Amino acid sequence: MKGLNNMAGAAGKLQWTRKDLLGLEHLSKEEIELILYTAASFKEVTTRRIKKVPALRGKTVVNLFYEPSTRTRTSFELAAKRLSADVVNIEIEASSVKKGETLIDTGRNIEALKIDIIVVRHNCSGAPNILARSVKSSVVNAGDGWHEHPTQALLDMFTLKSKLGRIEGQNVSIIGDIAHSRVARSNIWGLTKLGAKVTVCAPKMLIPEGIEKMGVKVTSDIKEALTGADAINVLRMQFERDTGGAFPTRMEYFKQYGITKEKLAGCKPDIVVMHPGPINRGIEMSSDVADGKNSVILEQVTNGIAVRMAVLYLVGLVKEGAR
Amino acid sequence: MKFKEKAKVLDELAVDKTLERIAHEVIEKNPSGKGTVIVGIKSRGAYLGERLADKIKAISGSRPLVGALDITLYRDDLSGATEQPVVHATEIDFDIDGKRIILVDDVLFTGRTIRCALDALVDFGRPAEIQLAVLVDRGHRELPIRADYVGKNIPTSTGETVDVRLKEVEGTDEVIICERVK
Repeated sequence: MKGLNNMAGAAGKLQWTRKDLLGLEHLSKEEIELILYTAASFKEVTTRRIKKVPALRGKTVVNLFYEPSTRTRTSFELAAKRLSADVVNIEIEASSVKKGETLIDTGRNIEALKIDIIVVRHNCSGAPNILARSVKSSVVNAGDGWHEHPTQALLDMFTLKSKLGRIEGQNVSIIGDIAHSRVARSNIWGLTKLGAKVTVCAPKMLIPEGIEKMGVKVTSDIKEALTGADAINVLRMQFERDTGGAFPTRMEYFKQYGITKEKLAGCKPDIVVMHPGPINRGIEMSSDVADGKNSVILEQVTNGIAVRMAVLYLVGLVKEGAR
Repeated sequence: MKFKEKAKVLDELAVDKTLERIAHEVIEKNPSGKGTVIVGIKSRGAYLGERLADKIKAISGSRPLVGALDITLYRDDLSGATEQPVVHATEIDFDIDGKRIILVDDVLFTGRTIRCALDALVDFGRPAEIQLAVLVDRGHRELPIRADYVGKNIPTSTGETVDVRLKEVEGTDEVIICERVK
């Protein structure tokens, strides 16, 4: 945790002034560092016997999920509860959307219930931004379409930082379905702002056009992505979305791009292997890698709570002027 | 709001002597050093806690364990504070169950910080006892809290502030009373 604590100087002077966390694209390097620094403090809270602090006592958080999610919603729920906030979960499939209510109307109704923070996941890119403009409550993006998933990228960076000491100058390869991945997009924004050298690697069909404009190296050669990498972030193949025609079969994908012990043999011995979960074993990654010594996949899950506590704390207690 | 320096109440030597006296008092009050640990309140109390531990070691030969506590998340003015406080990490790497904790801070004023610290400590375990040591007691308590060890009592008015400067932060050891200028 050393790397996280020694930036007290820089982060200590910065004030958080945003009512919402919608993505990493518009955050400054310093704001990202403040979130990571704050998360390091919350990580300690999660190791206490009583894993709960009174910081958001009396505040209410709504998890508004238009897409099924177990891990992200649970992580946000635990984060809010460990800050002593009250939490309400709204799964929208079973709700008014079926009756034709618009997102903005839903938001205003939630606001009328005196909710302080809305954590929203939506299948449409930009939905959290629309919601944030329509309500005074804080809005936290828990993943929107193919756009951004900022807290996932923040917890990936937090994990990297605690493993490698710093992010600046590290070679990080993001491997898998880049085209449909909000996790990739948020990671690219965040990592490049913090000075990492980012490579994205996927079959050509899964690389969106123009991605190199985000400041990343692009390759379809897995060897190139692995050689010299300090860390890899292996994305989930999203079969529930349309990946039609991107590659012939799942077996073929695993053969070419699946991370195996053999493929890692030529890499840096302490390469950090990340995956946002849930893993398709035997497709993106073999079991011996997922469960191996380089894997930090379960640490990512633990760190996710600390990072989300930090985000809820920062937006939940932002000063009135920002609302 | 602007402040100007009014008087220096402790200089480097006085700060050192004061800590040494507190160390003697701690040992006198707790003759068996066993089970005594120090927890300093961040940030200045944490540095003072380390120094107090050094002083106790110089006198008794054994250095108590030292932890540092950040009380931000327990503040009662989080929603109202004019600036959003940055949360720093708490570093207490030992079990406080059954321990005698010497809680250390630089200035005792309203007592609200100490209330936060007491709330925070019980989330870590059940200490046998908590004693409070402060470098300066400036009065104006708003809660029924008192210190067991006081470096110096400094009567102040509410328009004044007490600035504790430490080598670890400001490069110098001194305590200054400042007053508000209009």
